[in-house]
Amino acid sequence: MESHGLLSGEITRRRLLGAGAMGGLALLSARASAQTSVDLRVPGGPSTRPISAAFPQKGPMIVQRMAPPWLETPFEVFDDGVFTPNGRHYVSWHWTNFPNEVDAGSFRLTVRGHVNEVLSLSLKDILGLPRFELAAVSQCAGNSRIYLQPRVPGAQWANGSMSNALWTGVRLKDVLDRAGVKAGAVQVRFGGLDQPWGDAPKFLRSLNIDHARDGEVMIAFGMNGEQLPLLNGFPLKLVVPGWCAAYWIKMLNGIEVLDRPDTNYWTAKAYRIPDTPHATIKPGESDVKLVPITRMVPRSFITNIRTGDSVAVGAPVLARGIAFGGDCGVARVDLSPDGGRSWHPAQLGKDEGKYGFRQWQTQFALATRGEHTLMIRCTNSNGETQPSVPVWNPGGYMKNTIESTHVIGA
Amino acid sequence: MRNILLLTAAILAASPLPLPARADALTELHSLKLDVPASDMMFPDGPGADAINSNCIACHSADHVLNQPSLQKETWEEVIHKMIEAYKAPISQEDAAVIADYLTRIKGTKQGY
Repeated sequence: MESHGLLSGEITRRRLLGAGAMGGLALLSARASAQTSVDLRVPGGPSTRPISAAFPQKGPMIVQRMAPPWLETPFEVFDDGVFTPNGRHYVSWHWTNFPNEVDAGSFRLTVRGHVNEVLSLSLKDILGLPRFELAAVSQCAGNSRIYLQPRVPGAQWANGSMSNALWTGVRLKDVLDRAGVKAGAVQVRFGGLDQPWGDAPKFLRSLNIDHARDGEVMIAFGMNGEQLPLLNGFPLKLVVPGWCAAYWIKMLNGIEVLDRPDTNYWTAKAYRIPDTPHATIKPGESDVKLVPITRMVPRSFITNIRTGDSVAVGAPVLARGIAFGGDCGVARVDLSPDGGRSWHPAQLGKDEGKYGFRQWQTQFALATRGEHTLMIRCTNSNGETQPSVPVWNPGGYMKNTIESTHVIGA
Repeated sequence: MRNILLLTAAILAASPLPLPARADALTELHSLKLDVPASDMMFPDGPGADAINSNCIACHSADHVLNQPSLQKETWEEVIHKMIEAYKAPISQEDAAVIADYLTRIKGTKQGY
């Protein structure tokens, strides 16, 4: 098990959670609306980050990096509902060189390579194809990297490089069928309008041909009923439900069907994880087989109680939060009020789609004053449960260790 | 200092979750032209600051580096090597060594990774 914070004197904000007259949730939110920085409370490096609303079409976001932007969703947003508002959906770019201007009239998506007919599709063409909707979590491969111990280099995300949206778009399969995939195709490679500097490798990612044609992979033009924000990939984004966001190409303008495996750096060499249970090895361990990171794994979070909060003893308290199954739905969520000794099922909220966030809630009561550890655990519909082992690999990927929230019975 | 906030009201259940608007009405996309903020942040002064400023902030702002954890010198050397090999950063061998020393000085550790 691991801690995301310490019950130390550093905690400057405490709230009391307890029962109201009806025994339900009582929560007094003291979270300031005009916050200018956040303390992520992690040892081993700088723990504060600016919060800024200076980025276009974005509300207050945690600035992990100005350029190219790494903007993290402040965690309290996840308590507001399962769909992350577009203005709070996290942002991650690999290269600074992406356009700040996109002309909807002249934009074209090209489909080429191992196909019968090269396509050059306008946005009007794409919006004219049969459309579908899908709720899906976009989560960076390195979400929660800041919590790995020992710390590793990379984007120092806390838990907010994930967001859920209701995506609208067309099936990649339909577009590929329109181009006519030739026999012998093995992969499909995707690229966007962003460009690298100098000789650096363009950010390209590939999916196997069967995955690309599974009817679920989407070319999205809509996000929660609106066009995509520029920083989230306007005008088109590849949505690969259940797979980490490294595959979700933003400003998608190029699709190339390949008749041999992709050898570009990003597909062939980057985003590697150990081929071990929970992608976990010991620091310094060598001769480990590495494989590409692909599907996501189950996770769950308490969103209405934070480490350092005070909780009234002897009365029921409502806990609620979000969970997602990774590459399938949520089967169950269990809460432990006693540091993992006992587990109690939570009620699941409305199912908005197996790839999206699912809200959960339950009540618990603390019998004694003093320190207590709440834990939350998701089991997905494939029977996979979050591990208690601390996930660690040098890339800082795939963290889904059971979360702990340290509270004080008062 | 503990600052316990007392409760004045109880909320009985999770607030209802509004569904986003349906996208059937999304029949047209509108061109965008927006200002994306840039960064003029420089690395803190000290031996090697010129080398890291001139080699690193063309591709990413300084906060990328300054927000990193403390790392062992070997790990910093691997990071610089990755920038050169994988991301084709045109960093000379001399500058790479100076940058490794700079990073080890401001963000080094013997305990961590």
